[in-house]
Amino acid sequence: MLAAIGAKTVDDLYGDVPKSALNAKIDLPAHKGELEVERMMGAMAAKNRAAGAGPFFVGCGAYKHHVPATVDHIIQRSEFLTSYTPYQPEIAQGTLQYLFEFQTQIAALTGMEVANASMYDGSTACAEAALMARRVTKRGRVVLSGALHPHYAATTRTNVELLGDKVVQLPIDTGATEDLAAAIDGETSCVIVQTPDVFGNVRDLSALAKECQAKGALLVAVVTEIMSLGAVKSPGEMGADIVVGEGQSIGNGLNFGGPYVGFFATREKLIRQTPGRYCGMTVDADGKRGFVLTLSTREQHIRRDKATSNICTNSGLCALAFTVHMTLLGEAGLRRVAMLNHEAACKTADALSSVKGVSVLTKSYFNEFTVRLPKNATGIVEKLAAEGVLAGVPGERLWPHDKDAHDLLIVAATECVTDADIEALRSNLERAL
Amino acid sequence: MTMNKEGRPTRGDAATADVVTFTGNKALQIEESLSFEKDAFASTGVDFPAPSGKHDRLGAMKRAGAIGLPGLSEPEAMRHFVRLSQKNYAIDMGPFPLGSCTMKHNPRLNEKMARLPGFGDVHPLQPESTVQGALELIDTLAHWLMELTGMPAVAMSPKAGAHGELCGMMTIKAALDAKGEGHRTRVLAPESAHGTNPATAAQCGFSVDAIPADETGRVDLAAFRAKLGPDVAAIMVTNPNTCGLFERDIKAIADAVHAVGGYFYCDGANFNAIAGKVRPGDLGVDAMHINLHKTFSTPHGGGGPGSGPVVLSAALAPFAPVPYVVKEGGKYHLVETRRAAKAEGEGTAGGRITAFNGQMGMFVRALAYMLSHGGDGVRQASEDAVLNANYILARLKKEMSPAFAGYCMHEALFNDDFLKDTGVDTLDFAKAMIDEGYHPMTMYFPLVVHGAMLIEPTESESKEELDLFCDALLDLARRAKAGESARFKASPMLSPRRRLDETAAARKPVLRWTPELGARAAE
Amino acid sequence: MTVKYTKDHEWVRLDGAVATIGVSTHAAEQLGDVVFVELPAVGKTFKKGDDMAVVESVKAASDVYAPISGEVVEINQAIVDDPAKVNADPQGAAWFVKLKPSNAAEANELMDEAAYMAFADSH
Repeated sequence: MLAAIGAKTVDDLYGDVPKSALNAKIDLPAHKGELEVERMMGAMAAKNRAAGAGPFFVGCGAYKHHVPATVDHIIQRSEFLTSYTPYQPEIAQGTLQYLFEFQTQIAALTGMEVANASMYDGSTACAEAALMARRVTKRGRVVLSGALHPHYAATTRTNVELLGDKVVQLPIDTGATEDLAAAIDGETSCVIVQTPDVFGNVRDLSALAKECQAKGALLVAVVTEIMSLGAVKSPGEMGADIVVGEGQSIGNGLNFGGPYVGFFATREKLIRQTPGRYCGMTVDADGKRGFVLTLSTREQHIRRDKATSNICTNSGLCALAFTVHMTLLGEAGLRRVAMLNHEAACKTADALSSVKGVSVLTKSYFNEFTVRLPKNATGIVEKLAAEGVLAGVPGERLWPHDKDAHDLLIVAATECVTDADIEALRSNLERAL
Repeated sequence: MTMNKEGRPTRGDAATADVVTFTGNKALQIEESLSFEKDAFASTGVDFPAPSGKHDRLGAMKRAGAIGLPGLSEPEAMRHFVRLSQKNYAIDMGPFPLGSCTMKHNPRLNEKMARLPGFGDVHPLQPESTVQGALELIDTLAHWLMELTGMPAVAMSPKAGAHGELCGMMTIKAALDAKGEGHRTRVLAPESAHGTNPATAAQCGFSVDAIPADETGRVDLAAFRAKLGPDVAAIMVTNPNTCGLFERDIKAIADAVHAVGGYFYCDGANFNAIAGKVRPGDLGVDAMHINLHKTFSTPHGGGGPGSGPVVLSAALAPFAPVPYVVKEGGKYHLVETRRAAKAEGEGTAGGRITAFNGQMGMFVRALAYMLSHGGDGVRQASEDAVLNANYILARLKKEMSPAFAGYCMHEALFNDDFLKDTGVDTLDFAKAMIDEGYHPMTMYFPLVVHGAMLIEPTESESKEELDLFCDALLDLARRAKAGESARFKASPMLSPRRRLDETAAARKPVLRWTPELGARAAE
Repeated sequence: MTVKYTKDHEWVRLDGAVATIGVSTHAAEQLGDVVFVELPAVGKTFKKGDDMAVVESVKAASDVYAPISGEVVEINQAIVDDPAKVNADPQGAAWFVKLKPSNAAEANELMDEAAYMAFADSH
């Protein structure tokens, strides 16, 4: 091959590299066989406690659900796994059609008119919603609920402050009693509120939506547990302008935080200001129905510095996992599994409220609720972890600098939780206190 | 003899025709409707037990009314998605020479490792004591990335390349603000840059000033120097650049931007040409994202998920976003908030750019790739990628027109001069490749080359595969020159769909299925 | 009623106190099939060179700049509803906006048809 090229050595091809920088010494181990790599990585994996290995009640934006075996088989098919963004629609109809189905599923679940083909995750989708509200309203003040997941709040703050805008963060609100409407002023671009919120409260946003509309701000609803939309009213029905969130619960594993699949849904009239990709329906040269990426003029490869977002790659394969799982569930299966989640949470809450010193703070919840313990929850969670029970997320983990939150424990119970798991949590908690 | 005249014919008839089938199917190509068109709104493919009905605390917040989601049984769903899959081209089927996208083989060991319950089934908010192996993995991958780039720090949480750019430019902004240099608002970027570069700079509140390319396809050094000034925050340069060339003046560019007080952001999209050969840290880079889904072969998955860790110079390291992993007394620990980061003595740390810890699933795959390849294999992969690209360049230049003279790095760039007066344009040429069984190359990018065709073979292709690919492209080029433009204009003719009407899609966007759409289709 | 042109491929026709503005035939051809047009609100004022409208094809997005300063007195809703009109008759029925010029003399600095044709050929 070198002869055909007309070079003597491969290093001739690197002739433009400064001599002093070429072939730098790199201190890394040599290649290894598959068996040895499996051994090394298996050893690392073995040091982690898998969610499925015992009683598990951790949530707060990522949830342990049962994913049908079909999902993993489909997403590992070569034609999905090893394809690229569908820039050549003639040979990417598979990807395009499932994206169209994904968009339809998300729109239906959120109760919105349109949804894009996915974002990186819920938190970045939330930040993008704030940036979009800025473009739509031409205002520069974002109001964040005191029960918005702190990681989402921080991600949004980072992005918004880059452009010099203001962020108003309301104080921690465990009982869904904050007055968000009062925080809206003439400069407010949007109010960002989560439901079910980070403490588990299911929130009625209808009144807030009216206030937002009256004051010219957009209402951004965040859903970190999309499974909830099989049981509770959708933000679209309640009047939200943008609904964003995390789709991990359907089709995707916990993966220690990623990759996940963010979703972004809104009203049709706002579509030109949205970030991300869309798949649209059209016909081919023979008049057959087909799908293409569309409305691309908003995107970075065309608009460059005037693009609505710099996002390029999104979460294609995770969106496929979502679509396959959702297609297996259907509305009937979704409603059923959603109610199983709710029942598990109700039973868990009842069990914990029987433990002396523990009070359940959340009244209306889906599959997650917050309890106040008589002492710092971090130590209790560690104690229970040593007993093989992962009890939930201690407040200190999410609000390390807010002492009032340190005796809070946020507990999630999904369809994976058994009665024996609940009893293990109850009895171990009782002992630990 | 006995004669058995029964049984099947054992030879086909040579005659072929444009067959129109009753079903619309073409043998292995099966048409597939939308799941929403299957009248399955009341069914489900899962078998959970019925809820007891004893617990319901949702009250008025309970969802009423139909949601409108069909449910398919397992065999129905399997067929639905398998049929869809067969309408996709994929690396596992053949060459996927998308320049700058790096479509290399995805080893399945990496998939297997990512599915170990200790990685795939671990929650990001579990107690640290229960995830020491996960933190160790992140720390190990970070070590590999720092060693390969010669940089002292790395931010692991960016979710994709563009997100890494955002992280890097954000870090630069934080460093400037800390120095009281908020007046630096201008970012220089070559005209040939990927669109994410200017979009990212704008998202950070910078203005973008484009630098022209010189006649060799590299940054025009004189034009670059003329644009330097006290308001320059940074330069964003892709190296190797989007023309597939190494920026030979890279050190001079770095020195010049540093001399005026700006930072050097390197877009690492093409790191796969030099990984193991050249350390960006030796070239004066302050920040560079690494697309794990390119250089380290985590699957592209039809458009993500990606992963874009950003290596940082000592000057920028204190401004990295949270979270990050530290090791104290033999235990790994996650620093998760900005205030906690300050307490660690890391200066004014950057904010959080995503929930949780980044693309762990991609980290596992990338580390499996690295351990398998080793330092030596990573270098070999870069060399092979560059060798393959130059081989293609050498063979194709007989009929096609290279955009620039000389060797290339890992991708070969052509312009459309060879199609002049043929009536065939770059798009037609690319679409004709589809009928030959290839995914087209990247086209019309970079913008600085007319009718650009950017071919990146990667190290995954064998010489036999490269030769057939070159033979096919040379044949197409000769046919174009021989006046067969009608064939090109009509192509692709053999794919599951022919050219699609993008104008109609954009004028009246249909972005979801609706019952009305279904009713219209039924008429 | 002479038509003047800008280097950004807009045309202006001064008609008494009203200036009608659109994009040139050359620009419409270069854009390809127009799929989207965004026009400003009536009553909005622009300075010469301000971003005034947006025109998009499938693969390109262009800002339309105000060729002269003035206040928007009328917009052409027909091209918003059916962007294909911009390709069909860019210098006639597919005008974009009508302005009340605040300084009509600005139009004198623009190119006449012959100068624009020469300019467009070289760009």
